[in-house]
Formats: sequence, structure tokens, C-alpha cells
Amino acid sequence: MLRDAALIAGKDLRVELRSQVTTQQVAPFAVLVLILFGVALDPDRGILARASSGLFWVAVLFCALLAIQRAFTIESADGGRDALRLSGLDPAGIFLGKAAAIALQLAALEVVLAVGVVIMYGAEVTGAPLLIATCVAATAGLAAAGTLYGVLAAGLRVRETLLPILLLPVLAPVLIGATKSFEAALGGVASDGWPWCGLLVAFALTYLAVGTLAFGTLMEEPS
Amino acid sequence: MTAPHAVGSGPSGSTSSGATRVLGGLSLAGLALLLGYALVWSPADRTQRDSVRLMYVHVPSAIVAFAACALTTVAAAMWLRRRTEGWWVLGGASAEVGLVFTALTLVTGSIWGRPTWGTYWDWDPRITSTSLLFVMLVGYLALRRIDNEAGDAAQRGTRGAIVGLLLFPNVVVVHYSVDWWRSLHQTATITRLDPTIEGTMLFTLMLGIVVFGLIFAWLLVHRFRVGWLEERVEHAGLDDALRARRAEAGVVAGLGGGTA
Amino acid sequence: MEPVVHLRGAVTLLGRFPALAGIDLDVAAGEIVLLRGPNGAGKTTLLRCCAGLLPVARGRAVVLGHDLTDRGEARELRRQVGLLGHATGLYDELTVADNVRFWGRAAGATDDAVRTAMSSCGVDGRLADLLVARLSAGQRRRTALACLVARRPRLWLLDEPHAGLDQGGRDLLDELARTAVGAGATVLLSSHELDRAEALADRVVTLVGGTTDGNPQPSPAPTPTQEPVLAP
Repeated sequence: MLRDAALIAGKDLRVELRSQVTTQQVAPFAVLVLILFGVALDPDRGILARASSGLFWVAVLFCALLAIQRAFTIESADGGRDALRLSGLDPAGIFLGKAAAIALQLAALEVVLAVGVVIMYGAEVTGAPLLIATCVAATAGLAAAGTLYGVLAAGLRVRETLLPILLLPVLAPVLIGATKSFEAALGGVASDGWPWCGLLVAFALTYLAVGTLAFGTLMEEPS
Repeated sequence: MTAPHAVGSGPSGSTSSGATRVLGGLSLAGLALLLGYALVWSPADRTQRDSVRLMYVHVPSAIVAFAACALTTVAAAMWLRRRTEGWWVLGGASAEVGLVFTALTLVTGSIWGRPTWGTYWDWDPRITSTSLLFVMLVGYLALRRIDNEAGDAAQRGTRGAIVGLLLFPNVVVVHYSVDWWRSLHQTATITRLDPTIEGTMLFTLMLGIVVFGLIFAWLLVHRFRVGWLEERVEHAGLDDALRARRAEAGVVAGLGGGTA
Repeated sequence: MEPVVHLRGAVTLLGRFPALAGIDLDVAAGEIVLLRGPNGAGKTTLLRCCAGLLPVARGRAVVLGHDLTDRGEARELRRQVGLLGHATGLYDELTVADNVRFWGRAAGATDDAVRTAMSSCGVDGRLADLLVARLSAGQRRRTALACLVARRPRLWLLDEPHAGLDQGGRDLLDELARTAVGAGATVLLSSHELDRAEALADRVVTLVGGTTDGNPQPSPAPTPTQEPVLAP
């Protein structure tokens, strides 16, 4: 299973390396979202600094949607889904591999966004360990739930519009937990954030387990 | 598609039976009784005044909405285990009826919130999680419809079933995380219902819950039967389609292997 | 010996449409069988069905000992078949070598087997480092063929394999199919290039309207030397 996961993750990252979609399209989009928030909210009154945790994670959610769509567009091109079903790869491995590739791309985007939030919104980092732990847990949760719901919508004609409505309500706990945890890490008291980080870890583990179990059934669905 | 109340077209064209007529009669009678108690015979609340009467609709519809959501998840789990159509139809029926009650919960809650809180929408944990439940149900039903168009009985439904299976757990997780989120902010929201209510008010609320349960069951049975009839129509179509497809072979083969 | 493909009254639905409306077919190990018939006769569906990609709704269907009416068994079957269809399953953003290596490794092939497959299909050397998006249609099909060869399937399912290939490619394909049969594989193919395909095949089965009604009933134990069957 892990060998298959490594194979899939390696393939997805290689596709990314060759096509540069995340670096050339999604990352600029992330920065653009930060600029748009700045324009829409009054930047002079310190709103941005106070809201920076929430805005950061909303931007991450948007980027996650793009990354997930992209991860399954790769597979739907030219009969890739059938080829995957014929490949003999363990579905659980495919799930973990795709989730890992998405998680790595999201982590890179989060670094870009974090730098942006610090520079553009004037956020102050007071709890770096909490910040990093939150990012790791939240990213794992986003990638796991995103991969599970991404394959549900993949192969449907309406996948671009269906995925957000299926996925975003489910991700509400991640948004809440990561935002609260970030508030604690950006100028707050770090100890307030750790319970929220625990919620994120529980969410990630749950979705990793569900995805590992359910992915085989979902791959069977003819597209 | 067969109209749900086409009683005149014989037993197979109708979704009502003796039992559902009794259920429907009970629901309507109960509703009349509830109206009497909620609007006339129960007293106004000391703090909320007359707007407390909305609670007799709001609380029962919220309970029914969450129960419908749980039922959808149970139906999805059973469908994944057994792959029998009944569970598939039940999941959709309960989600559809549940969506109506979720909407009713949100609307009555907003109307109640205006005189009580002075605003239609407060970021109360329950409003937030109910609105997310609403979106999840809409998404689930949208996926089911798309799934349904694409596949036949043997293949379709897995996507929908997985989303259905995750529906109730998601609602629970969302509910508790939202609850936790708000409780750290506000020391106390106005409790929607005085926990020490008693007498006529308590009775009216209990009556409301029972009556809404009956209405839910009544609508569910009818919606289930409509779904079931739709399945039957599709099945009847298969044999015809097979015959037509095979006839195609007869015609072309009769031409004498002209493709050689 | 148990046939590799054994279908009796097999029905497969695409949505509500019965693309296969009753197929009787036996293919013995080591046979090369050609499916022919007009467009829409169900050739592609039959091949996909034999690959375990589509479930059989009615009738009996056993391929390589796996019962196709059972979802779990279909998954076991898939890793033992190779399907070359209209879609190639290649990733446009990867090179030829990346693709063959990925699909080969997925089926447990060694790097040596991957290299051999690439050279036997003529997609080694300069072509190997080209992105698949830059390939011509014929080169794409050769790459897809290399992926199939690297997997070393027991049952080859070729859906109009000659289409889009040049003379050399067609000769290469026939040769690879014969070599595979020599190594114990079985081939089921569909083609409109009847002259070429009939020369390759041991036997012809005609499909019309999703059925094999026009063909003589298959005997309980078919032999590879059976005479070619033509439509009435």
C-alpha cells in the first residue's frame, strides 16, 4: 500500500514539476486573494491584522479547491481513471498518494501565504511551534477530506461546481479550528491554541481512515 | 412520472394506502390541536412574550431535521451493505423531506430572532450548524441526481452513498466545533427555551414534537413510494430495451453479413 | 481446459442502455479471436467488460477464472489484463519514459522490463524523453502499447489496435501479439482492418446489436484450431 502511495505521489509531483500549475497559477492566485481582501476590507484600521488568521485560512481553502480539482483533472484526461482501475494499484495507496501530493503542494502554498500575511497584514508571530503544528494538522485534514470528496466529484460533468458545495461545509471544522489556533499563535496566548490543534489532528486522522477504507468503492464508480 | 396522489389510476398509481390515510388524518388533526395550544391555550412567555409560540414549530422541526439527517446516514450505510434499492430510495426520500424541515427551522429561527435578539441572524452555534446542514443536504441531493442520470441500479449510487454515510457524522462534528467556537466568545447566548418550562407550555412543546414526527413520517412514506414507483418504471424499461437491442441484431443479420 | 473467457447470455448496461444484450463467447488459452461488426455493435463494451471495467448485469461471465458478476473479483481480474482502447490513459504532462515506467511499476514490472517494452515498441531513444502531449497519434498508441507490454498481461484486449498506426506500427503490433501468445497469453481484438486482422486471428466472431446470435453456438470445450466463423 505504501509503495503504491509513493508511486502515485511521485507521479503527481512529477506532473506538477513538469507543468508548474501550482507555482505559476495557484500561488499567484493565493497572493491575489490576499490583495483582494486588503482592498475589500479597510486596511487602515487594523482590521487586516486582527482578521489575518481567518483570511489566511479562507485563502488556503480556495487554493485547496484549485489543487484538488487539478489533482483529479490529471486523472480524468484520456481515460486515466480506467487506466488506474486496471493498474492493479491498491486503492488505499492511490488515496494516500494523491492526498500526500496535495498536502505537499498546500504546504508550499501556506508558506507563501504566511509570508504574505506577515508582510502585507502586519501579523505578528508569537508561537511558532503552534503555528507549524496547526499548518501540518490542518493541511493533512484538508488533503484527506479533499481527496475523498475530490474523487466523488471527479468524472462528473459538473465537478467544478459540485466540489465546493460538497467539500466546504465539511471543512468548516478545519476552518474554525485552524483560525482559532492561528489567532493564538499570532499575537495570542499559545496555550489557547493547542486544544484546537487537537481538533485538527482528530479531523485529519478520521478522514485519512475513512478515505483509506472508502476509496476502493469509489474508484469502482464508472465515470 | 406517476403523480403521487393519482388515486384514481388504481393501486399501483397511488402512493397512499389505508395506513397512510390514518397517518395523514392523525397528522392533520394533531396539527389543528397544536395550533390551538400554541396560539390560544398556552400562555405567553414572561421574557419572550408571544414570540415564544414560534418555538412550538421551531424546536420540533429542528429535531425532525436532524433525525432525518441521521436516517439518511443509516439508509446509506444499509445500502452500501445490502445494495437493495429500498435503502437507496429511503436515503433520498429522507434527505428531501429533511431539507424542507431544515429550511423551516432556519426560517422560524430567524423570525423568532428578530423580536428576541433584535436581529434576523445571530452567529449562534445552532444557526451556524443548521445552515451548514442545509448546504450539506442540498449538496447530497444534487450529487444523487447527477449520479442517478449517469448510471443504472447496479452501478449508481456509490458516490451518493458515501456522502450520505458521512452526512450525519459531519453534522455532529460541525455542530460541536461550532458550539465550542462560539462558547469561547460569548459568555451566554439567550437560551432559546427556558429549561424550567412546565405545564401547558411543556405539553405544547411535546405535542409539537409528536405532531411534527407524524408529519415527517407521513411525507416520508409518500416520498418513498414515489421513489419506489420510479424504480419500477426503470426496471420495466430494461426488458423492453433488451428486446429492442436484440431486434436490431435480427434486422442487420438478416441482410446477410454485408459488412464482410 | 477452462476457457480464458466464458460468457453465456451476458448483458451489460451503459446507463439504461443494454450495450450487450446477450453474448455467448468462449475463448481458449492461446487463441487470437477477432471481434467484428458494425459501429455500435458492442465490441468496445465487450472488451471493457472482459477487462473487468463494466459489471455484467445478467447471465454468466467468467474471465481468467474470475466471476464478473462479482465486484470484488473484477478488481482481481484487472491486474491480469491489458486493455488498449481508444483512450490511452497516458499523462500528457509526463514524458514517454515517465509514463511507461509509472504504469509498468504499478503492475510490478522491473526497470529492465520497462526498458525492453519501450524498445520493442519503438519508443526508446530520442522519443523517450519527449512529453506525451507532443507526440503524434501513432506515437501515442505505440507508447500505450509499450505500457501494455510492460505489464505482461495474461489476456490482451485490443480495441481497434491498428487504427492510427503506420505500416510499421501495424506489423509491430501483430508481431507483439503473436509473441505474447507464444508466451502463453490470449488475445481478443476488434478491428475494422479486416484483411489484416483476419490474417492475425485464429477465429472471427461477429457482433450485431449487442449479441452474438448470428454465430454458431460455442461448443462446451472450444479448441484453438476451430474454423473461422462467418456471419450467415
